[in-house]
Amino acid sequence: MAVDKKAVPMREQPVHERIRNFNEVPLGYSEEEALREASRCMQCSKKPCVDGCPVHIDIPAFIKALREKDFQKGIDILHANDSLPCITGRVCPQEEQCQAVCVMKKMGDPISIGRLERFLADRDMQNRVQGKAPRPPAVAKKNKKVAVVGSGPAGVTCAAELAKKGYAVTVFEGYHKLGGVLVYGIPEFRLPKAIVETEIRLLEELGVTFVTNALIGRAMTIEELMKDGYAAVFVGAGAGLPNFMGIPGENLNGVYSANEFLTRVNLMKAYLFPDYDTPVKRGKNVAVVGGGNVAMDSARTALRLGADRVFLIYRRSEKEMPARAEEIERAREEGIDFRLLTNPVRYIGGSDGFVKQVECVKMELGAPDASGRRSPVPVPGSEFTIDIDEAIVAIGNTPNPIIPRTTPGLKIKKRGEIEADDDGRTSIPGVFAGGDIVTGAATVITAMGAGRKSAQAIDNYLTAQK
Amino acid sequence: MFKILDTYELGPRMHYVLMDAPLIARKAQAGQFVIVRVSEKGERIPLTIADYDRAQGTVTLVFQEAGKTTCALGAMKKGDSLHDLLGPQGNPTETEKFGHAVVIGGGIGVAPVYPLARALKEKGNKVTSIIGYRSKEHIFWEDKMRAVSDQLIIATNDGSYGRKGFVTDMLKGLMDSNEKVDIVFAIGPAVMMKAVCDMTKPAGIKTIVSLNSLMVCGMGMCGACRVSVGEKTKFTCMDGPDFDGHQVDFALLMKRLETYKSEECSCQGGVHGGR
Repeated sequence: MAVDKKAVPMREQPVHERIRNFNEVPLGYSEEEALREASRCMQCSKKPCVDGCPVHIDIPAFIKALREKDFQKGIDILHANDSLPCITGRVCPQEEQCQAVCVMKKMGDPISIGRLERFLADRDMQNRVQGKAPRPPAVAKKNKKVAVVGSGPAGVTCAAELAKKGYAVTVFEGYHKLGGVLVYGIPEFRLPKAIVETEIRLLEELGVTFVTNALIGRAMTIEELMKDGYAAVFVGAGAGLPNFMGIPGENLNGVYSANEFLTRVNLMKAYLFPDYDTPVKRGKNVAVVGGGNVAMDSARTALRLGADRVFLIYRRSEKEMPARAEEIERAREEGIDFRLLTNPVRYIGGSDGFVKQVECVKMELGAPDASGRRSPVPVPGSEFTIDIDEAIVAIGNTPNPIIPRTTPGLKIKKRGEIEADDDGRTSIPGVFAGGDIVTGAATVITAMGAGRKSAQAIDNYLTAQK
Repeated sequence: MFKILDTYELGPRMHYVLMDAPLIARKAQAGQFVIVRVSEKGERIPLTIADYDRAQGTVTLVFQEAGKTTCALGAMKKGDSLHDLLGPQGNPTETEKFGHAVVIGGGIGVAPVYPLARALKEKGNKVTSIIGYRSKEHIFWEDKMRAVSDQLIIATNDGSYGRKGFVTDMLKGLMDSNEKVDIVFAIGPAVMMKAVCDMTKPAGIKTIVSLNSLMVCGMGMCGACRVSVGEKTKFTCMDGPDFDGHQVDFALLMKRLETYKSEECSCQGGVHGGR
């Protein structure tokens, strides 16, 4: 039987509708669609996808189970390596990971591994919410407390794994809401917040304690947590202060960091202002600076807030953009105006203190830099201006500075990341760390992988202590 | 939930709130602030800690109705609860024995000046406090301030109590009297802090101000609170809120405080996110 070279497409909200709402864009596979896509998998013996996955999910095995309609077995295989498949099925850059190395790519489209993952995970979540899924096996409680700092992907994964091993886990979150970047950073249209809430509620049922409004480093230090009886601490404190370019006018009114813009909209629900109290500027002509996923999220959010034009200003070409191909594609479909090989030079404000224009310079690509990407150089005399009333700077951030600044003896790297080995061990015995606070800005799945590894390392550490 | 143990009006649209917050009280120091959210749909706003009692596990907040959140907070009663309370945030004010320290509080800014004056006094400084209000009916904490000051100067804009004039007039009087001033701390509206700095800078008197920039996260992530100090971008929540007043770009601060002026709320004259 000839294998279909084309992947089964996933239904999504039509462009003209979705740019006016914050609802999720891709709508998921039906069972029939999932079975059809799963049937394309060759079940090859080489399994390159498994190595392509940062957490080494046994991908062919879960696809086989799905194909045999043994959905429970499929989800169990996912859960063996990935605590939050509902989330990774949506936000993982599969096209750079598992799907990039799929053997089907030689013949046509790779298997849509992420979509199949999402299908199984969504189905499982529904079952769990309705109480239809089998209860996780009861584990013997260990009489040891572990503290987890931060409720983002790293922290939540670490907490889940430790709870499954029987530890008494308390997660401390600085914000009033749980989920870290999953709730303040990634927009609703890419990751519905109800999913994050459900995952967290299910973790509570698993016995994990969550404390909000508790910023470790201020209200309590790591040292105090350990004195308080926590046998180990995992730090997944995530992102910190936003980077700016250091050009004139960046502090004008109407110039946001992507962190602030997205936090206002996602966490504080400024898109529902004035029903919600937090305002956000709704620019008509918006410039977004950067080429990563956060830049795409910001641009698409600005559009949904009612912008007429959104310019995406990036200093290299599309090939060098760090954003997922899928996100770039969606942004383009939605009408984001890509101004590539362009870099802001300064923002020009009016007497009211608000930004009115951004002056840019054209760039060309020179020799490759340390990251292997060709470094952009300005073209002399190519300056031009774009009229804007809002700008969003999405050029990354530094690791969160609070734990590094308040934990004596914790070794910190030059740029502020916590120094940790592959298993998350830091310079302080019993203190582990993972996610962006260790690696600098990376992906959700990398952070989750680190959380999982640290959970194992914490278990080993505490078992050896006996 | 965080319970309000006591609350009353200190003056027109000015309120005192005593919060049950043992974890915050345990660590709070002069100069730090909390982030408050009154309800499920509420915004996050910073309020400076006006006092704390470690034994009782309480922190005191003093604020003026200036926006939706402070109006809602002002309408809350004893026994009500805040949805969220985070703190203590920001760096404590650095106090040591300077010699003669002058602390200046304008309006609601008198509240955070109180624990600062107390800390300075405890470190062995001679403390002169200059506190300014609009008029007699706005005066609060005179007795508390007197108890921690070697010298207390009260000014009202209309002369209805104490001396007539602004806090800067009183500071000028003090500086003209040739009394040596080793350091000045000023907390109040941006325009007042600017006026103080304009006066102390030519005289070469070190001046620390506590900035009241807009905030969202209050914990070093979002960058809403950025200010320009010595021509460098700084973040009030992580690098401040105290800064060398002679280096602060007050014009920028004042402009940024007006960012959401057009998103006026139901509360008269209120803006969002103000402290």
